[in-house]
Amino acid sequence: MSKPISEMGWDELVPGAALYTFDGNIDYNIAEIQPEDRKYSETSSKSMSVGDWRVIKPVWNSETCIDCQNCWIFCPDTSIIARNKEMKGVDYEHCKGCGLCVSVCPTNPKSLLMFNEFVTVEEALSQWPVKQKKGE
Amino acid sequence: MNKKIMELKTVEVWDGNMANSQAFRQADVDVVAAYPITPSTATVENYAMFHANGYIDGEVMMTESEHAAMSACVGAGAAGGRVATATSSQGLALMIEVLYQASGMRIPVVLCLVNRALAAPLNVNGDHSDLYLTRDSGWISIDAFNPQEAYDMTLMSFKISEHPAVRLPVISNQDGFMTSHTAQNVTPLPDEVACNFVGEYLQVNALLNFDKPVTHGVQTEQDWHFEHKAKQHAALMGSKKVILETFAQFKELTGREYKLVETYNMENADIAIVCLGTTYETAMVAIEELKAEGINAGVVAPRVFRPFPLEEMAEALQGVKAIACMDRSAPGGTVGTLFNEISGALINTPNRPLVSNLIYGLGGRDMTVAVLKNIYRTLDKEAKEGKLAGKIQRFVGVRGPELSFYDVQGVQK
Repeated sequence: MSKPISEMGWDELVPGAALYTFDGNIDYNIAEIQPEDRKYSETSSKSMSVGDWRVIKPVWNSETCIDCQNCWIFCPDTSIIARNKEMKGVDYEHCKGCGLCVSVCPTNPKSLLMFNEFVTVEEALSQWPVKQKKGE
Repeated sequence: MNKKIMELKTVEVWDGNMANSQAFRQADVDVVAAYPITPSTATVENYAMFHANGYIDGEVMMTESEHAAMSACVGAGAAGGRVATATSSQGLALMIEVLYQASGMRIPVVLCLVNRALAAPLNVNGDHSDLYLTRDSGWISIDAFNPQEAYDMTLMSFKISEHPAVRLPVISNQDGFMTSHTAQNVTPLPDEVACNFVGEYLQVNALLNFDKPVTHGVQTEQDWHFEHKAKQHAALMGSKKVILETFAQFKELTGREYKLVETYNMENADIAIVCLGTTYETAMVAIEELKAEGINAGVVAPRVFRPFPLEEMAEALQGVKAIACMDRSAPGGTVGTLFNEISGALINTPNRPLVSNLIYGLGGRDMTVAVLKNIYRTLDKEAKEGKLAGKIQRFVGVRGPELSFYDVQGVQK
């Protein structure tokens, strides 16, 4: 777009407030390009921080994670970052803190747990529970 | 065009619903999503029959409610398809939330609204309560007075709605039962001619265009909501030009002429009524019969209710001394809509006639030639005496003591 939306007059806006996800047309195979290399538009949610109403957050523990990709599949906001089927972490700019990733994590102990927003990742990892035995 | 052609006679005998269904079929609609409700049921029922018999290449979706029906229309429209539906009364009331979504998102949709009273008390017959409920929804609203016009308006609605300068949903109104269930001679276009008239659907920001991914139905707060609503209103006001162009093209094709404001005998009329729907044609009969009494009366009706033809309406009413604005909807604590619109249209013009507001025909109460003649006789008296013959708002045709409101003299102390 020629200028930011906040500076546009009524006659300059796209009818119906339709927002384009990318700058330009997608005349290439977008699946072959990593999200960080795609040309997201100014008005795409990808370019904005939309995780700021989260009050609890998922913390990921790489020690116990088995890269099963369950969380990546189930996350409703594509906020699980994975590369080449390896878990890389959580996108806190877009995660809303729903906790779905924690509930689908199959490891023992879980490799994703919810913590209060103010708890640092280091603090969270230091409080991580130990493996539970059968019947516990 | 649909693969299977339906051979039509030069003149068919159709009611208003069949006229809608045939216009849908000829317009080659991609998705009709609907939930049946009297008196609009047959619009979709006939269409589903055409579909079952192989005449429709598009989809017919039976949804779980009218809210879902209009939502499906918005979804299919955003995806990039030509869409249509039909409803009445409570169904329209349930749709209303999505009506605002469709117009705000600038999704072309054609809605055949077969006008019916709103409950309670429950009533399946015709009045304009549902039409008035759509007033501020941002839709273009066109009114047909008989089945031929219902066919014509519904067909033209697609062309108007989808025009790139418009991209707004359109309501094609007709009176419940009086039009929807009254079979009359209708001269249709052959399938190919009708389909070519409506033209190819032009996709704009289609969700299914993966070369240009797009989000519809976004959130805008105080920083740019106002600009979007301004743009939407400008498009609605600007649609008048496209409506007139479409009317002109249709006249060239069929010889049938439509105007933003329809008038009868207004050339020399001293008095007039302003109304919507079938009352227009009843008034034509009353006007002819009254000529013998020396009463020179006329009738004016907005063919296009939204965008409201304020200037054309004022022009049509410059020569009269007394006007009765006839609203077929319970006014809900004020004067009727037509009274407000007409008074607003006239207030800045040289002619300042007497204007009264008649509430009539609620829940399908008949408006007969005899009653209309009495209304004209009262108007004639008002014009001659230079004052209203009663209060500004009067209920006509209701049993019981006279019911009227708002004194011209102002508050009685």
